[in-house]
Amino acid sequence: MEFWVTQLFNGVSYGALLFLLAGGLSLIFGMMRIVNMTHGSHYLLGAYLALTFLTRTGSYVLALLGGALAIAVLGVIEWDRFLQGLRGQELAQVLTTMGLALIFQDLALVTWGGDPYNLKIPAVLSGKYHLGTFFFPVYRVFIIVVALGVAVVLWLVVERTRVGAMMRATVDDAEMARGVGINVSGISLGVFALGAALAAVAGVVAGGFLGIYPGADFEILSYAFVVVIVGGLGSLRGALIGSLLVGLLDNFGKALFPELSYFTLFAPMAAILAVRPTGLFGRA
Amino acid sequence: MAHVGAPWAQRLGLALLLLALLVTPPFLPPYLLTLLTQTLIYAILAMSLDLTLGYTGLASLGHAAYLGLGAYSVGILATRWGAGFWMALLVGIALATAVAAVFGLVALRATGVYFLMITLALGMVVWGLANRWVSLTRGDNGISPVPRPVLGLPWSFGRALPFYYLALVGFVLALVVLRVIVRSPFGATLIGIRESESRMRTLGYHVWLHKYLAFVISGAVGGFAGVLWAYYNGFVTPSDLDLSVSIEVLLMVALGGRGTLLGPALGAGVIVLLKNLVSVYTQRWLLILGLVYVGTIRYAPEGIAGALMQWRRWMQRARAA
Amino acid sequence: MTPVLSLTRVSKSFGGLAALSDVSLSVGPGERRAIIGPNGAGKTTLFSLISGEALPSGGEILLFGRDVTRLAPHRRAALGLARTYQITNLFPRLTAFANCVLAAQALRPMKLHPHRDLRRYPEVLHRAGEVLAAVGLAGKADATVQDLSHGEQRQLEIALAIAGTPRLLLLDEPTAGLSPAESTTMTTLLKGLDPSITLLVIEHDMDVAFALTDRITVLHYGKVVADGLRHEVTANPLVQEIYLGVA
Repeated sequence: MEFWVTQLFNGVSYGALLFLLAGGLSLIFGMMRIVNMTHGSHYLLGAYLALTFLTRTGSYVLALLGGALAIAVLGVIEWDRFLQGLRGQELAQVLTTMGLALIFQDLALVTWGGDPYNLKIPAVLSGKYHLGTFFFPVYRVFIIVVALGVAVVLWLVVERTRVGAMMRATVDDAEMARGVGINVSGISLGVFALGAALAAVAGVVAGGFLGIYPGADFEILSYAFVVVIVGGLGSLRGALIGSLLVGLLDNFGKALFPELSYFTLFAPMAAILAVRPTGLFGRA
Repeated sequence: MAHVGAPWAQRLGLALLLLALLVTPPFLPPYLLTLLTQTLIYAILAMSLDLTLGYTGLASLGHAAYLGLGAYSVGILATRWGAGFWMALLVGIALATAVAAVFGLVALRATGVYFLMITLALGMVVWGLANRWVSLTRGDNGISPVPRPVLGLPWSFGRALPFYYLALVGFVLALVVLRVIVRSPFGATLIGIRESESRMRTLGYHVWLHKYLAFVISGAVGGFAGVLWAYYNGFVTPSDLDLSVSIEVLLMVALGGRGTLLGPALGAGVIVLLKNLVSVYTQRWLLILGLVYVGTIRYAPEGIAGALMQWRRWMQRARAA
Repeated sequence: MTPVLSLTRVSKSFGGLAALSDVSLSVGPGERRAIIGPNGAGKTTLFSLISGEALPSGGEILLFGRDVTRLAPHRRAALGLARTYQITNLFPRLTAFANCVLAAQALRPMKLHPHRDLRRYPEVLHRAGEVLAAVGLAGKADATVQDLSHGEQRQLEIALAIAGTPRLLLLDEPTAGLSPAESTTMTTLLKGLDPSITLLVIEHDMDVAFALTDRITVLHYGKVVADGLRHEVTANPLVQEIYLGVA
């Protein structure tokens, strides 16, 4: 019993982190059909920057916002300088974003060195909640709350606002959207920046329990891809369900079948793709 | 169908290249010789990817899987069962072919960015197994030492020079096979599919079948590269089939020039030399590699071969003027 | 005699929009039929259903007496069907000759041969040269498609379509975007096609349609509104109203 509850909780909280990471990636995929290898870099750089802000200001909130904002700006530059002109050229997108990711990795190594760090979490978020015989770390509950908050806000923006309507129109058919006068490049820029900022938030949050270290960018990137692939490119609902699914599969897989844990993650993914090439909630 | 340079110039260039690869190695410093061996093996992998990426227009993000399947076949067979070269070669290629045949069924249901994503996912399935099926693959630690092959020839392939020539034979073999394929009627259909899938379909081609065959052949040749890779390195680890390897092969093909076979081989040489030589002089080789990625797309989107072709056209126009 | 092509109550809708509804049509061997109708009448959709690039929402399509309603496009081509496109659909970066080679080998089993140089199949090369000459492009064999003029590209479309010696040929606005002179060349070229080939032509230019065909089917909002010999159709008051304009 205790095993199941604990693993379930861990799986859900890891899923929440993945949603923070993959929600933005999925939006970027859906709108621009861009394979973005820098998404992991945004995650890692966001965490590193927050680390620096935290030591300078001592404020966790400032560090979180500062990290997210700085990465949003970085995203704007990337989009504007490198990616905007590569619409529809998948190979060029993969190689350009891969190059940028390598450059970012090296710059991070120069700036912060090779040692692993832990982002010190504020006192209010440390400790555990006791519920009967169960213990739930406050920090993991915090992650779930943040992810839920982000999910609700994103959902409201996409489904209930004018900008959201334009975004949906662009996901459905960019040409048509352009035709009816929607500023597709402006929206794309905004979504790319938003996706980058969300990845940074995920990085900052993860810095508190997974740590910050060189290589974390590419490690987490594969998970983000799996979520997006399983959920379907461009679908928020898909990203949410995909995150939960991957979080749980990863946790239970590692706990129950340590020999085959990646397999328990990737094999269901391959099975889903075999049946639905566009993912659970994706549209062709 | 479209080749760089006049046929005679191309043939002469190819002959000179092969002659140089044949004659110069005994005079090269040992370090350069190992890099050249590495280049030849990666060239096989890049050429195998060129069949799908360059000729058929299918960008796969999971090609390292086939390198890994070939390499692990050797690693496991040679260290556990003491299998010889021919056995390991056969199993390595057969396994890569079989897995490509299954993956092709899944991946070719999609196109464009979805194809990219599915091949990435499938590549990760193999990577995940290499990482965690510890009882078979020894996980992170990898398999070592893989003994160099014994072929009953008077030379010991434990030494660098004979092994180089073994890799050269493998490279020439792969080049010849792929070159025959791309110049055959079947190869022409792949180019047709790259240029216009819809037109091929109404002309009467079973487009899916042609793509599928190309995908499987590409995997098989990739497995062949993996077999040589395991023998060359003397060990096999999950990092051999990392996502970054798949992307690096894409870079080799793009850098050398898609759809030219020798271009991607050249691209493999540039990247292997760059990665190894630059790291001797500076710690910042990741940065430089990153710049090569970005720069290739910015300044030579058709690769070295494409740039050469453009230069030739430019010269012709200059002469005409 | 078995009709070459016969459609029975064929419908196609995109989303909720009906592009074609209950279209029935029968074309006999050697017939030359024009399909006319205003923009959006569903003419090109009709061609896509016949070629198999789109599947109908309802109805039945017979090709040479065989039910092909859900058959893949390449299988229909193998039965002897070929088509051209209103918006030129060629292999833009390949030479005119290479385009024709791909068309010439499309229905031969050797297309799957991976082991011999393409240049060692003289029958294919010969056929490619033959169709290139037939459409008057013999001198342009080595030019890439993107270096050909629009008119030449239209001619090449015809070459690709006839390379496999089809029994039924669908021509989607062969003179679209051509100058009057080019249009005349094209009409002459099409009139010179083997008379045993059954021809179905979508055409906006009435002069071209009348010059090439003897029977006319009129589509309007996805429905067949008239079908018959030229003078019957032109005398039809409904057709005069909706298409020819009551002049």
